[in-house]
Amino acid sequence: MVLGGLVGPSVLLAVAVIAPALAAGVLRDLARTSALLALPIAASALLVNVFFFPGGQTELLRVGPIVATAEGLAFAIEILARIMAISGAVTLFYLTTRPADLVVDLERRGISPRVAFVANASVQTVPAMVERASQITDAQRARGLDTEGGLWKRLSGIVPIVGPVILGSIAEVEERTLALEARGFTRPGRRTLLWAPTDRAWEAVLRWALVIALFGLVVLRVTGMFP
Amino acid sequence: MTLTLAAIGYRYAGSGEPALLDVDLELRGGEVIGLVGASESGKTTLCLVASGLAPRAIGGLLRGRIAIDGEDVDSWPMHRLSQHVGIGFQSPATQLSQVTATVFEEVAFGPVNFALPRDEVAARTWDALSTVGITDLAERDPRRLSGGQQQLLAIAGLLALGPAHLVLDEPTAQLDPEGTRLVTDALARLAEGGTAILVAEQKTDVLAALASRIAVLDHGRLVMAGPSDEVLGDRRLTELGVTPPAVVRLRQAAAAAGIGAGLLAEALIDA
Repeated sequence: MVLGGLVGPSVLLAVAVIAPALAAGVLRDLARTSALLALPIAASALLVNVFFFPGGQTELLRVGPIVATAEGLAFAIEILARIMAISGAVTLFYLTTRPADLVVDLERRGISPRVAFVANASVQTVPAMVERASQITDAQRARGLDTEGGLWKRLSGIVPIVGPVILGSIAEVEERTLALEARGFTRPGRRTLLWAPTDRAWEAVLRWALVIALFGLVVLRVTGMFP
Repeated sequence: MTLTLAAIGYRYAGSGEPALLDVDLELRGGEVIGLVGASESGKTTLCLVASGLAPRAIGGLLRGRIAIDGEDVDSWPMHRLSQHVGIGFQSPATQLSQVTATVFEEVAFGPVNFALPRDEVAARTWDALSTVGITDLAERDPRRLSGGQQQLLAIAGLLALGPAHLVLDEPTAQLDPEGTRLVTDALARLAEGGTAILVAEQKTDVLAALASRIAVLDHGRLVMAGPSDEVLGDRRLTELGVTPPAVVRLRQAAAAAGIGAGLLAEALIDA
């Protein structure tokens, strides 16, 4: 769509991902996380295009019947640029936005308190589950379960850990529901917003500018004026 | 402020047997009633019924009458009732909302649900925190507290809704001695401040120190009720599956061995 050729994604990556990441001081984390995020899909895109690009003429390398072509490599690099732009943008969002801020802001803008709670609870559940899993791992180890060693041993150790993690969470659901109910959670209507994320005027301007820029880029791309 | 349960019967949805039969109980301001009984005797069910969660949240069939200061609460929705009767459970962690980053926000969760003005939410939250004595934990992560602290936090979360009555289902069951002491002290202070408390508890030692009256449940029926000393000293308690407090057991053992009360007191002082 907007991301075509090599120049487009590279410019976007520089302007919309790297520059803000630098400003936020998260460039190092961003590079590592987004590279990891993009790795599987980037590796397969590279392999497939370099070796199996249809219509590739210029031979770079021949391994038996498989030929790596220059055209394939060029195309793969274009794809890589797009993938990096996308994974960079996703990672930047993840690194710079606290889930609680996002949820509060969405609630402020009118999403239902229940939806906000579910969104918040889903994010918060992850660390809780990790903690529970580590407690259960310790408990099972204390009873002689081998969680280190060979791959098979480790795999067979997963069941006695995952089982209690999931069953334990399900068993808690009823008490958790009752406790919420006892604190007015099911009361219909709006909630008090204890705080709002700071939102400066220039940030709002920037957000709108980004939205306009997106439409602008789509138009330029469709009309062929942007590479 | 009086919570009245009159001729209460309750049957869980899908169950053939009633879990409670003909229970009468009155809980007045500033009073702590201890609820004891063997497991499956109906303690938890009575807590759920008294708080209104049964049948409002869990279904089932309720008979009899529940009233607050004489007003029938039958038609009240749960969120209205929860401003008059708060209910706390055994496990400290499962009572937390899990969506808050600080103790302050956790306590504010209830008032926030009622869309109270921000100033009032804050005032109620600070008030509840100071009542249970955890003001200094306000900025902490709720998940990083000890069990006893989490239980106090859960109670503060209930208090922030301003209930005159608290119903607690074995609040110290999962706590160590230190946590048990924290919770017991907080409950004693609450009762002094006029809150009426119904507390189901296995630890009769805790109740001996805390409760003014004791009610004993057996197979869903209220079989004994009266002043704490009287009921906890009653010899039938053991038959009903309740372990009497250590002091009572010691006194009974001494009496059985022919040691008089005066001698026992001397021996204890020597020890």
